[in-house]
Amino acid sequence: MTDIASPAVRISTRPASAKRDIGIKRRYAAERRFRAYGISAISLGLFFLALLLWTVFSNGYTAFQQTTITLPIEFTEKVIDPKGERATDGKVLMTANYPLLVRDALIKQLGIDATKRPLVKQATDMVSASSRTLLRDIVVADPSVIGKTVSVTLLAEANVDSAFKGQIDLAVDQSKRKVKDQQVTWMNEMASAGVLKKSFNTGIFTFGASSRPEAAGVGVAALGSLFMMLIVLVLALPIGVAASIYLEEFAPKNRLTDLIEVNINNLAAVPSIVYGLLGLAVFINFAGMPRSAALVGGLVLTLMTLPTIIIATRAALKAVPPSIRSAALGLGASKMQTIFHHVLPLAMPGILTGTIIGLAHALGETAPLLLIGMVAFVVDYPGSPMEPSTALPVQIYMWANEAERAFVERTSGAIIILLIFLVVMNLGAILLRRRFERRW
Amino acid sequence: MSTSFLLLLIVIIGFISYFAGRARSFAQAGGKLSNLHSLPGYHGSYVAIWAILPAALVLGAWLVAAPMYIDASTRAILPETVQTQGGATVELALGQVKSVAGGLKRLTAEEVQALESGSANLRSTLAAKGVALAGEGEPYMIAAAQHFNAMTVTNRWLMSAVVLLIAVAGGFYAIRNIATRFRARNQVERVMLGALIVASSIAILTTVGIIASMLSEAGRFFTMVSPFEFFFGTVWDPRFAAAGSGGSSGQFGLIPLLAGTLYIAFVAMLFAVPIGLFAAIYMAEYASPRLRSTAKPLLEVLAGIPTIVYGFFALVTVGPFLRDISAQLNGLVTGNYQNFIQAQSVLTAGIVMGIMLIPFVSSLSDDIITQVPRALRDGSLGLGATRSETVKKVILPAALPGIVGALLLTASRAVGETMIVVLAAGVAARMQINPFEPMTTVTVKIVNQLTGDLEFTSPQTLVAFALGITLFVITLGLNIYALYIVRKYREQYE
Repeated sequence: MTDIASPAVRISTRPASAKRDIGIKRRYAAERRFRAYGISAISLGLFFLALLLWTVFSNGYTAFQQTTITLPIEFTEKVIDPKGERATDGKVLMTANYPLLVRDALIKQLGIDATKRPLVKQATDMVSASSRTLLRDIVVADPSVIGKTVSVTLLAEANVDSAFKGQIDLAVDQSKRKVKDQQVTWMNEMASAGVLKKSFNTGIFTFGASSRPEAAGVGVAALGSLFMMLIVLVLALPIGVAASIYLEEFAPKNRLTDLIEVNINNLAAVPSIVYGLLGLAVFINFAGMPRSAALVGGLVLTLMTLPTIIIATRAALKAVPPSIRSAALGLGASKMQTIFHHVLPLAMPGILTGTIIGLAHALGETAPLLLIGMVAFVVDYPGSPMEPSTALPVQIYMWANEAERAFVERTSGAIIILLIFLVVMNLGAILLRRRFERRW
Repeated sequence: MSTSFLLLLIVIIGFISYFAGRARSFAQAGGKLSNLHSLPGYHGSYVAIWAILPAALVLGAWLVAAPMYIDASTRAILPETVQTQGGATVELALGQVKSVAGGLKRLTAEEVQALESGSANLRSTLAAKGVALAGEGEPYMIAAAQHFNAMTVTNRWLMSAVVLLIAVAGGFYAIRNIATRFRARNQVERVMLGALIVASSIAILTTVGIIASMLSEAGRFFTMVSPFEFFFGTVWDPRFAAAGSGGSSGQFGLIPLLAGTLYIAFVAMLFAVPIGLFAAIYMAEYASPRLRSTAKPLLEVLAGIPTIVYGFFALVTVGPFLRDISAQLNGLVTGNYQNFIQAQSVLTAGIVMGIMLIPFVSSLSDDIITQVPRALRDGSLGLGATRSETVKKVILPAALPGIVGALLLTASRAVGETMIVVLAAGVAARMQINPFEPMTTVTVKIVNQLTGDLEFTSPQTLVAFALGITLFVITLGLNIYALYIVRKYREQYE
């Protein structure tokens, strides 16, 4: 009111250079705040990414090392085949008391009094129970080894492994930890003797499921995932490309194609678990396919990946300029020839990029596989997609549910392997795009 | 002849036909290709299609139909006593006959004779050959099994003969059609177009499959549990009734699961929307191209990480962190070091899911914000508004419908997310409003009800399909509405 009523007074009392206060300070402060919100939002997002990766890597990089104990194992005939029946009875070599060999070797190595049973027990606990199958396989593969002394590298038990990697706080009273003081002493003794050492863990890449962390690996699961990826690639790529070609190039604009279009967009957003239910009801229950088979998993993932591939392919086809089509048609090519000889090759990089991204997505998918029974304890490599198998992310899920410290390490290790696969696939997609992308 | 060998033979016939067709078109052209209407390759393909396609179709139909026919004919010769006992018994007997039939193939002629005369025990004879029989075999089964085996063998030969005949006949028919003016290319292209149409209808078939399979299984569930109890029940307690205990099959109330699903999704959105939206605004309006080209892909890495990894992250990092920090806080305030946030809780699942959703919100909103026309921006800036005022008063209102659509799409992700909640939210179906306590979701219960051994007759298993169709309908509704909004908004500026 006063401002309007007495402009003359104002002019007279203030110097002419003074500006009208339009709250510029306040507004600039608001501007700075707004900017800060934006920056902090981005940094928060990046912080979570870093935290996530750091969690996985800090927990997981140790999984690629494994403590091993190399012992001179004496394959005495008295233990393996006391009655000398192995020539006639094949089961003798399979059922022999191999842990006894390990015990004897440990007693000799550590110089324990064999009559003190608790001590001996503590010593044998340091070696993984998987050594039974390891020694058995050695003997079965070459029975002539009986009677000889061979130096064999055995896996250390998971807790000893953790202790040797420094993951167990040894300052705690020994009753509260799984590795006893005596075992730590032996561990250090053997380490300084060069018997016990850390080496690169090939087991995590080759072993199958196991209830013992040190003998568990992702090899079998990775093979299952590989089968499924092959099935997805073989089915989803041709079907997806064919469907997109029809929808983009041939389909008349009518109700039906509109419906298909809306449908595909919706299918891309259907929760993945619904595909699992579909697979369970249609492939397993109705068509009678085997549960836990990579074939069913592959089919389910194919249906899940199809919309992604179709959407990417249509975008790639759309990006090919109409002049290419007109030129081909003008030279007398039929519509089919135009598309298959000219448009499709030009759209190929885009299509492959979309396919790789779809495959990467399918590789990390877990939920639908849980429903079709791939949560299975699979020890042996599946010979074909019809046999029970499991998948990399499902293996991670199963390990994540295990309580032991060593399994956290294994889980993170498996996640690192999965992430490396994904990074390689995505890098491939990016390179493909960079290398072949054209701008018209 | 095995099916795969038969398929291989058909393909070989196709190959031969291709070259035969090509050669014939060459011959017809008399060495001058311009005489031909279509290139020789098309003539070859035409012949190959005629050789392969009908034969393959017949093979497929035969493989579906023949086992049904054989089963029916075997069923018919089962004795009266079995036939009168109704469906389940007949099926059981048929199953046994089939395993006997499998076993008979491994026996020698003398052993079969001994079985027929009744001097040898069926079960023990077969067990010696590694074929386990469920229950004692009946004498009539041997005859039925022999009938079954004979039928199977005849069927194989008949099928091979017919299919190969069709392949060869198709090839010959097509070869005879070839002439210089014959429009082979048009024929081949018609078949190709047909294949393209079939491929694109798979998308429709998938949807139909989802809806049909869910509806039929859910329908079976609703015959056991009333829909009213399911949709409005407030107690989730699907007890597995002990055999013979009669009635009590548990309560299947959807409400607690739905409440948990929506609550966790709400917390996740509460977390993801501000961060994602501010990140999008900053990247669209403020960021230098260099920052944008590094920060945007990095944030999108979050979207590429499999959800199981987020679940693990919640399990080993976020959950324990929240639990410990709540214990510390409680200790500082009250002196009692007791955690008030559970490691598995609505908050844990919500935060981790929120992290997963950040890139969805930010990239979708980013696309929409950058679509707002330059002129609106310039007009506002030209009138003296600061950038943040432009964003708040001009750009966001203009982009609002699109952003709402993007948020709805994100919400549908949150509702359908499985692995994070399986590992981070807990399994207790409770109705409460404390975000520090565990709650469970629809997806967790689908996984719980369907992992492990299951039979498709109990409501405990079938309820998963009722839950699934609920989930499908919710996300479908959200998606359709979101796409509708986004599409409508796009038309405004185009």
